[in-house]
Amino acid sequence: MKARIHVTLKNGVLDPQGKAIEHALSNMGFGGVEEARQGKYIELDLMETDKEKAHASVDDMCRKLIANTVIENYSIELE
Amino acid sequence: MKSAVIVFPGSNCDRDLAVALEKVTGNKPLMVWHQEYDFDTVDFIGLPGGFSYGDYLRCGAMSARSHVMKEVIKRANDGVPTFGVCNGFQILTETGVLPGALMRNANLHFVCKDVPMTVENTDSIFTSGYAGKREITVPVAHHDGNYYADHETLDRLEGEGQVAFKYTADINGAQRRIAGVLNKRGNVLGMMPHPERMIEPALGGTDGRILFESVLNSLG
Repeated sequence: MKARIHVTLKNGVLDPQGKAIEHALSNMGFGGVEEARQGKYIELDLMETDKEKAHASVDDMCRKLIANTVIENYSIELE
Repeated sequence: MKSAVIVFPGSNCDRDLAVALEKVTGNKPLMVWHQEYDFDTVDFIGLPGGFSYGDYLRCGAMSARSHVMKEVIKRANDGVPTFGVCNGFQILTETGVLPGALMRNANLHFVCKDVPMTVENTDSIFTSGYAGKREITVPVAHHDGNYYADHETLDRLEGEGQVAFKYTADINGAQRRIAGVLNKRGNVLGMMPHPERMIEPALGGTDGRILFESVLNSLG
């Protein structure tokens, strides 16, 4: 089973790299981008075949390492 | 005073910290590699600056989960004076021993210069020697020193004297210009500036030396 994890900064946490992307896009002439937020995408290949167990295990991984929940949120997709 | 400096792959201020500790205490610190599970009893544990594990995932994230840190966290929670500088501060926040997180500098620049700071609390074992000396100058060298915590946490830190140092001007976007924080018990300090690089006049000043002397004096 594959786990796809998105880690993003929490709302209200300043994202200077997202801001730089936003400014670069605007300087390049791309209009209409109101805001850019940068995050991380992590893919895991799991041996687990039970979706519920896999979710519990990946959720534990996210809380203990993959995301820093002081500043980040995460979302998990399993396939 | 017997001290230990923890060394991670990618630490690059471990020797600076060792030299400072030896000059101030007269004893060579024990250098402990990150794969160790245990090390001799010491009076002081130092986590050095650098770019441990290449800052992979987040600064300090990998080091915070290394073997040796389980022992460091245990001893820090037992009251052993523990000091994290720069990357060491990032590691301590990643372990949860210190509150908050250190993010990319708000202006995205790597800042490398001597900065003036105010000493916000002179009652701790690390800062008692600064009594009567409100402003000090210590160098910084970091890309991810932008201290973040939510408002409630910041209010609590300020209210309970856990903010040890503040920059006098905004250099990296840190919330409330916080440069260093203590844990609740006061035996753990993390700070982005490098006091170990300001221990003798030849290095530009001695403001950093006072921090190590304070710990030494607190141990009697």
